[in-house]
Amino acid sequence: MIERRRLVNTIMTTLTALCAFAVVGILVLILGYISFQGISSLSWQFLVQTPKPVGEGGGIGNAIVGSLTLLGLASLVGIPLGIAIGTYLAELGSGWFGTIVRFVADAMIGIPSIVFGVFVYALVVLQQGYFSTLAGSIALALIMIPIVTRTTEEIVKLVPKSMREGALALGAPEWRVTWDIVLPAAKTGIATGAMLAVARVLGETAPLLFTAFGSRFYNIYLDEPMASMPVQIYNYAISPFEEWHAKAWAATLVLITLILVINIIVRYTTRKGY
Amino acid sequence: MSKISVSNLDFYYGKAQALHGISLELPANQVIAFIGPSGCGKSTFLRTLNRMNDTIPNTRVEGEVLIDGKDINEANTDVVALRRKVGMVFQKSNPFPKSIFDNVAYGIQINGIHKDKADLTARVEKALTDAALWNEVKDRLNTSAFGLSGGQQQRLCIARALAVQPEVILMDEPASALDPMATQKIEELVVELKRQYTIIIVTHNMQQAARVSDKTAFFMLGKLVEYNPTDKMFTNPNEKLTEDYITGRFG
Repeated sequence: MIERRRLVNTIMTTLTALCAFAVVGILVLILGYISFQGISSLSWQFLVQTPKPVGEGGGIGNAIVGSLTLLGLASLVGIPLGIAIGTYLAELGSGWFGTIVRFVADAMIGIPSIVFGVFVYALVVLQQGYFSTLAGSIALALIMIPIVTRTTEEIVKLVPKSMREGALALGAPEWRVTWDIVLPAAKTGIATGAMLAVARVLGETAPLLFTAFGSRFYNIYLDEPMASMPVQIYNYAISPFEEWHAKAWAATLVLITLILVINIIVRYTTRKGY
Repeated sequence: MSKISVSNLDFYYGKAQALHGISLELPANQVIAFIGPSGCGKSTFLRTLNRMNDTIPNTRVEGEVLIDGKDINEANTDVVALRRKVGMVFQKSNPFPKSIFDNVAYGIQINGIHKDKADLTARVEKALTDAALWNEVKDRLNTSAFGLSGGQQQRLCIARALAVQPEVILMDEPASALDPMATQKIEELVVELKRQYTIIIVTHNMQQAARVSDKTAFFMLGKLVEYNPTDKMFTNPNEKLTEDYITGRFG
């Protein structure tokens, strides 16, 4: 009997290890292929220059700045709002209103991102009469809110009841318990949720086509069209030129690296202090 | 006069009645132990004394709980002030995700007890000293409370409760998850603390009740079976049921 138990144990351990390797392997393959294709076109000029006609070089400098601006603005609204709604759902959302909010958030997560683009196009771009950074940020923020909301709710719910009771028993009012104890206890998980949202919108193309549109220049104004990396990658990739295809690969490599760097920074700053 | 006076207290979780007409007097500066089998209502009763059951939906309390002569279940009761006066230590130690210092300082800060920073530091030191923890943590006050051992964490929670200067301390099986050495420390602490505080301790450990308490209350099926001085309870109880429980014939 013992032999059979050992055998089953070995088989199952091997199987799960193989599955883990398969997942990691696919990721490594993707990253490796992108690096292989993109690294040759990567240069300082590529990182700082604006796009130029074929054969004259050019890069994605304005797209990097654009993506970070769009992301920054969207995060400024989307992350705090998402955390606030998620906290509300976890702490007070047991009634019918909470159920509705939760349902809407779930539905919003399932909506294709292009719908947000069209929505903001109709509501903001058409009203104002021009594509703008602001419109692009709104579209991205709308995508971020439900993701942050739902992950925050799940994480806040995981904070043990005993911790809340400990604070209540000291004479802390409910809101202070949430603010002083529950949210700090959940901060690592909340940051992970925010990162999911950041990674998601940094790679979004469709909602930006209708809102921020794209630009060939450096831009700092919120009421003008704004370049972004996914849109730039799209433009480079659909062109008929070999040189531009290489640039698309390089831009993809930069985009992925950027997401990775943001992830590491956030993980480092919100790691469990206590 | 008794510190806490309870009369005809009924408690309901939804439709299920958990406490049936409890009446007893809890004198000041004594240790009172609550014993009884699991689910007998002793923890529920403990939590009616600082209205901790308010946090559980669909609960209802009837009857009277007077602390220093004031009914704590009246509509105009300041629950925050009540809980400051009636502190609580839980079965499982539940330090906050903060430093050792901040764990103890938190209650002082939210209640605005301290005058300035120096006063706060002094109060934290006093609470930790009273909880017999100061010497073990004085060199690492700014490290995480989760780095302490189980017994130390529980004493930290006691220090946290002491820091807000309560008058009554409720302890819900404070040593049930601790080894004998840590348990002994908590017990010595309980006996020490009764000089300043009224202490009510729920325990499943008969020896513990006998060792630390002045009076003992035996609960069963939501009813108070017997309430007498501990010596009498453990040598010559009035009720057959008490004797059976204490001698381990059931439960």
